[in-house]
Amino acid sequence: MAGVSTLSLNANRPPRRATADALWIKILLTATTFVFFALFLFLPLFVVFQMAFSKGVPLFIHAFQDPYTIKAIQLTLLVAVIAVPLNTIFGLAAAWSVTRYRFTGRLFLITLIDLPLWVSPVIGGLIYVLVFGAQGWFGPWLREHDIRIIFAVPGIVLATVFVTFPFVARGLIPLMQAQGIKEEEAALTLGANGWQIFFRITLPKIKWGLLYGVILCNARAMGGIWRGLGCIGSHSRTNEHDAATRRDSLQRVSIRRRVCRRLSSRCSGNNHPIH
Amino acid sequence: MIPGFGLTLGYSIIYLSLIVLIPFSALILKTASGGWEHFWQTVTAPRVVASYWVSFGLSFYAAIVNGVFGVIAAWVLVRYRFPGRRILDAMVDLPFALPTAVAGIALTAIYAPNDWIGELLKPYGIKIAFTQFGIFLALTFIGLPFVVRTVQPIIEDLASDVEEAAACLGANRWQTFWRVIFPSLLPAILTGVTLAYGRAVGEFGSVVFIAGNLPFRTEITPLLIISKLEQYDYSGAAALGFVMLCVSFSILLVSNVLQAWNNKRRGIA
Repeated sequence: MAGVSTLSLNANRPPRRATADALWIKILLTATTFVFFALFLFLPLFVVFQMAFSKGVPLFIHAFQDPYTIKAIQLTLLVAVIAVPLNTIFGLAAAWSVTRYRFTGRLFLITLIDLPLWVSPVIGGLIYVLVFGAQGWFGPWLREHDIRIIFAVPGIVLATVFVTFPFVARGLIPLMQAQGIKEEEAALTLGANGWQIFFRITLPKIKWGLLYGVILCNARAMGGIWRGLGCIGSHSRTNEHDAATRRDSLQRVSIRRRVCRRLSSRCSGNNHPIH
Repeated sequence: MIPGFGLTLGYSIIYLSLIVLIPFSALILKTASGGWEHFWQTVTAPRVVASYWVSFGLSFYAAIVNGVFGVIAAWVLVRYRFPGRRILDAMVDLPFALPTAVAGIALTAIYAPNDWIGELLKPYGIKIAFTQFGIFLALTFIGLPFVVRTVQPIIEDLASDVEEAAACLGANRWQTFWRVIFPSLLPAILTGVTLAYGRAVGEFGSVVFIAGNLPFRTEITPLLIISKLEQYDYSGAAALGFVMLCVSFSILLVSNVLQAWNNKRRGIA
């Protein structure tokens, strides 16, 4: 490191090292960062809390007693309980196969794992509508057998799985690549089988990375809860707005509703508070 | 060879096929089923072309702004010590963790004409929410972590001896930065900017709230996909989805190439 000293103003301090920045540059850059972060990160976060509690804590708690909200939270939890373990197992399997072996199509597999991070969640919803929707491939068959996927719980689970599956794998692949396979190979020569290698060698090595990936995955899967809070807040605020803003809000609400209904994406089930 | 190749690869491929490959092939087949004529008409309709500009153009500006401020932030976070640094560092990941819709609502609440900053700007006739500038703000918000988190490790790894050598040879701080530090950061900056761009193009949740969604002015392409679905125009929706998928895929490709370049540079440095 380039001899970084603290930002404290000290008249007696030794002359600045040639590889350190001048004090005014430090202050300027630090101030720029603070302002940028304040405008883009602190302020939105502050507003979210301010909106959620704008009518006081009792209303905030009351919102949680609303049967629709309770149902919505139950649904969100259910979706997370299904999606997160599925994606964890997939993440482990994918990271194992991609980092332990070299095979044709390996890079293609990595690219596919990345894809949901890139593709708009709208497209994520669209593809499932095309497969399972009324006009989709399995639509008629599903209707005959009275199975609902789109606009029902399985659809929400599918969309959540799609949006969140890269997180575990993405976290593990660089980690397992960097750690190498020397210890696993040693275990193999000592006669361990695959499961023993996994549980005794690999899992302890990657546990923190795995935990981080699972938490990220879960945060995305449960996002709906926080979304619900945001909606409650924005709804109560619209009363104070003038007509123009109210129209805008209504427009926003109707779009939200359309999104939720049509795509049964992650936000489904949480749209009740604004209806 | 470590056991488990068949099991893990087989499972990964089956899972990916069910979740990604089969649905995506449905998208491509649906696009094809509409015929070339219909596809071309759908993707070049004036309203759709206007939405490309909003989606791809504004994402580009947002990525550039993130490139500048993200590098400054990464530099400050790595090189300087000041109170609140760790909090600032942790805050960078916030746009990842916060559901995008919440971010959208929060930004709207800040910049809408009767709220917070919107209120302050109203007397000067400046509108932010429900304009293209508002979309730009939302896209900047969600793209920031990508630049900071890609550039940060590279700055941490920078060998101080090259800076010292530059100083010994009489370079001033600015020359050192511009001629020595910046070139070695460039691949990482480009990668981060590409990542931020890719994320911004696909962004939906935060944008619909702040955009106001006026046709030709503040309507993004993903929203048009939804309105096509709403009208049961499945092949039209699939056509637009296909275009967006192609763009996303090419951005992903560019970023992978840049990342390979990045790793190579890091290997040498």
